Amino acid sequence: MLVSNIKSRPVYGGLKVDVAARRHLVAAEGEGALAVIDAFGAHPEALARTTLLYAAGGSAGEDHAARLAAFRPDDLFVMPSQPTLITRLNVILNTATMGTRLYAAGVEGFIGSVVAAGMAHGVDQASIRTEHRGSLARRVQCVHCKGMTENVTVSPVTCSHCGIPLLVRDHYSRRLGAFQGVSIDAETPGDVPPAEELYA
Amino acid sequence: MTIQFKNETFRDDFTFSNSPEAIQRFPFPFDKDEYMYAVNIEQHMPGPAKSTTEFPIDIDEHYVSEMRDRALVLKEDPLRCQALPHMLTAEWDLVELLMEQMSKHYPEHFSLTRDGDKWRWVNRPLGIDQHFTFGDTATLPYPPMEYVTRQCQGDFALIDQRNDMLWMDAGMITTQADWSLDFDIGMSWTEWHGPVPLAHEMGVMDRALKFMLNLQQGRPVRRLNWTMTINPRLDTSPENYHKWGIDRTTVTPENVGDKVHLRVELQALWRLPRSNAIVFSIRAYMIKMEELVTVPKWGRRLHRVLRDLRPELADYKGLTRFRDMTVDYLARHDDGAPTSPGFFPD
Amino acid sequence: MSGGVEIGVRVVSIEQATPTVKRFSLAARDRSPLPVFSAGSHVVVAMDADDRRIKNPYSLIDRSADGSTYRIGVLRTPQSRGGSVFMHDRVEVGSELTITMPVNLFPLNRTGRKHLLIAGGIGVTPIYAMAEELARQSFAYEIHYAMRDAAHGAFADELVARHGDKVRLYRDDCQEVIAVDRILPHQPLGTHLYVCGPEGMIDAILKGGRAAGWPEENLHAERFLAPPGGSPFALTLAKAGITTEVRSDQSLLEAIEAAGVDAPFLCRGGACGQCETTVVSCDGELVHNDHFLSDEEKASGTKIMTCVSRLKGRELVLDL
Repeated sequence: MLVSNIKSRPVYGGLKVDVAARRHLVAAEGEGALAVIDAFGAHPEALARTTLLYAAGGSAGEDHAARLAAFRPDDLFVMPSQPTLITRLNVILNTATMGTRLYAAGVEGFIGSVVAAGMAHGVDQASIRTEHRGSLARRVQCVHCKGMTENVTVSPVTCSHCGIPLLVRDHYSRRLGAFQGVSIDAETPGDVPPAEELYA
Repeated sequence: MTIQFKNETFRDDFTFSNSPEAIQRFPFPFDKDEYMYAVNIEQHMPGPAKSTTEFPIDIDEHYVSEMRDRALVLKEDPLRCQALPHMLTAEWDLVELLMEQMSKHYPEHFSLTRDGDKWRWVNRPLGIDQHFTFGDTATLPYPPMEYVTRQCQGDFALIDQRNDMLWMDAGMITTQADWSLDFDIGMSWTEWHGPVPLAHEMGVMDRALKFMLNLQQGRPVRRLNWTMTINPRLDTSPENYHKWGIDRTTVTPENVGDKVHLRVELQALWRLPRSNAIVFSIRAYMIKMEELVTVPKWGRRLHRVLRDLRPELADYKGLTRFRDMTVDYLARHDDGAPTSPGFFPD
Repeated sequence: MSGGVEIGVRVVSIEQATPTVKRFSLAARDRSPLPVFSAGSHVVVAMDADDRRIKNPYSLIDRSADGSTYRIGVLRTPQSRGGSVFMHDRVEVGSELTITMPVNLFPLNRTGRKHLLIAGGIGVTPIYAMAEELARQSFAYEIHYAMRDAAHGAFADELVARHGDKVRLYRDDCQEVIAVDRILPHQPLGTHLYVCGPEGMIDAILKGGRAAGWPEENLHAERFLAPPGGSPFALTLAKAGITTEVRSDQSLLEAIEAAGVDAPFLCRGGACGQCETTVVSCDGELVHNDHFLSDEEKASGTKIMTCVSRLKGRELVLDL
């Protein structure tokens, strides 16, 4: 497992407004607010049909919530955290109809959670519009103990559950919203290369 | 033809070995003295008598021990067998395919009696006699895919086809070469092949996808893939890599012939009738270098293939640490004589 | 690779379902059970007319409980190459035909939460099979079936008998139309739409789906074309070194097969892409009737789908 030139990095197509959609359901975290402002700023006519969910997350302290409020979307939910945002999103998805388009913007782990919520409600993943903004930090699943380590910016990283030093592979699972972490010293016990800052 | 099932292990004391007959029928994957990726797909037609492709599903002398090893893997890690809910119809398709093929070609070991949807399955080697209702999951002790694949050699992935894409949505994967079902389940064809080097650049994956999307019912196809394994270990999963990876450092010039195994996957693909899903079967065969060189042509050829293998492929297949030692060992069995075309022993 | 495994069948019964539709029950000549198939599948039926072999795709309606028979429905379309007319006028109980294994280019999306089945006219045949499958699996579904008039509703009574109030019928003669703008907007997330029928109807339904804000991923259509006839032209198969003629009532693919070349195909309806062939040269204008090639590919004049497309001109040279 010395290989790292793997090609299954997710591709985020950008937060293009689908003008055909009858309802826009937009979930944004942190710097993702800027992607929303860019995309919907170009389509102000869509705002009257837009439900916006926002958690300040990684960009707390900046005033993105106020800028989003100034957009006057049909609904704006400013949530205190990613998990509470996802909870609210699930409530909305439960009664949403087919003309609804789902959007996600923010860090990768957040996008992964929104996509997973959409898929759990029958939304085809290809129809979800996504844009990566903010930190490149990754959620990493340890392939050995299955534990998730959040906000990983380095490789190798120590699994926060079982303690195995993990090589972070560029292999991404949409279902888990996580990259794969695999033991880096299995063939050289104890010989762990220094952590490199790769995903800050 | 009654198979004499061996009692052997694929872990701890590693008592696995091939009988002389098993060596002769080993699916040697190189028909030339060099190896490069290709969409080497062919119709899954019956091969020569006693070969691994004589029947669509191959049961051999390792059957009982392999099934015991699978049960051990599942006991430790139930996530090796998973199915997304929309795959249930495909699971039943797989039950029918495997039970029909096994009972048809190995009647002394397996039998299937059907009366409408009331089925009776008898598996003599494993001592199973099961009455059940086809299509009714509650009449089997396990979900349908798990039930039947606990009784059939090889890993199985069930692949759904939606919107001109293939999706890895179910599987029984306990003998894999370094990929995780738990991680890959739900992925598209493009996503789960992400880790394969070179293939993307060559357009191999796109051509293979197009081919697979049009795979026809009644026309299964197959291909061979290969890697090398230290010790006859079936469970070379990433989940347990931290346990078995160290094996790669234990090869010495003295034990290379015994420890290093060529591992060949006979991969077959069938279109399933009820679900329109595809079953991807991955049947692994292993042979240690000492056994392999008893066929002179194979010793010569594997030496040349390994010696000339591109470094990135050697790396991807995990051979880097022991490749030179294996090449040195095989060099002693390569007199430089020309090899005949094709896979089979001379 | 050509169409695959073939099954010899015999017609065991024929039903005049409407003035223009006949339903045929087919059984294997060797009496073995016919393969199970997935809803939305078709088979290609080969008919031996006097001097030629015609092959048309027909959707499978159902398979009898004992597996002995398939049913297909055939609309008589006099202006085509003669396949449906042959089925109507020349095929009788006891006639022998050849079919391919089932092929599914119109599958149900099993991840769907709900399924809207929309059929027009003879397009009801795959929809019928899909409805059976959805009922068997206890999925949520609706059927919307448009027909010319009561006499032309070949499947209306059977559908209502089997699916009750899940079926809505629409009659052209009563000015009833499928109002997609009313049906689609309030469907729950995860609903998939499947439409099969005349070209114009498919386009209207899909347009309505997009207007209702549905994503492309949830809109599915089967656009089978009967290969249209046309003017005859000369055909040269460069690799095989054969020159022959494509008659006005023959498809290009049928002429290739008649010349003894085993060319690839699956759907014979311009949908699957299997018969894509390279054009070496052509003296005339390519008439592209398929739904597979992009507009750019069609304009380039270098590829042709032999199952439904042909030449308006003198000679076509193919890389076969």
